Amino acid sequence: MGELIVFVIFATVALASAVAMVSARNPVYSAIGLLGAMFSIAILYVLLDAHFVAAVQVIVYAGAVMTLFLFVIMLIGVDNPDAYGPAVPAQKVMTWVVSVGLFAAIVLAGRAAWVTGSDAFGTPDLNGTIEKVSDELFGTWTVVFLSTVMLLTIAAVGTIALAYFGTEVADEEATL
Amino acid sequence: MIITTTWYLVLAAALFSIGVSGVLIRRNALVMFMSIELMLNSVNLTFVAVSKDLGLVEGQVAALFVMVVAAAEVTVGLAIIVAVFRRKASANIDELAELKG
Repeated sequence: MGELIVFVIFATVALASAVAMVSARNPVYSAIGLLGAMFSIAILYVLLDAHFVAAVQVIVYAGAVMTLFLFVIMLIGVDNPDAYGPAVPAQKVMTWVVSVGLFAAIVLAGRAAWVTGSDAFGTPDLNGTIEKVSDELFGTWTVVFLSTVMLLTIAAVGTIALAYFGTEVADEEATL
Repeated sequence: MIITTTWYLVLAAALFSIGVSGVLIRRNALVMFMSIELMLNSVNLTFVAVSKDLGLVEGQVAALFVMVVAAAEVTVGLAIIVAVFRRKASANIDELAELKG
């Protein structure tokens, strides 16, 4: 019963924050909405016994990624490019048709698999502790894990390159 | 009343659809980017819910990998947005139409 109450509360919060994120005029409010959705999803992870993933969700998403987003919003200013009117005629109506249709399609397509699959959590003893997750991560998926390390390094170098080239300093050094 | 996996999957589908509508409806590059993050999060929720349903920890490992890719994507994407802003002084994606024939 308690589980049901927590699920209903935080599923509602997640959906409401997501809608607020899409509809907010000010990008800072959008960021706050995304933060609410991410926290709610972290709590749903705890309900699903994925404790380590929940902790990582809070640290990486609600911590690092959202801070980065807010930094960039403050850097480029809180202007509102959506105030100029739609780019395509009936853009809002078409968007709602597409997203509601997509939701219906996912649910309809998934129903076949969901009804035949095991229901109500066949094996409730799965506990996503650090030990279990890291056994898997550093056992079966070591190579994949190391490639993500490489990916992050490349991303960091690429970010530095993007920030560096095209500036006056870089152009001067190139001409020397 | 027991919460089944289906509830989580329907919630994830709804969050994904909201993210899609955000990408389609907004023209602020930052808000579009946040919508993409929301879609990645909803897919992660699907991974973790199915991981619980099947009793396998692999779903959670997949969710962690998605998070790593999302973090890399955020750093590069925000750097691109800042680089575009330095050149055009705008975060409106409709103004980036130089390739238009």
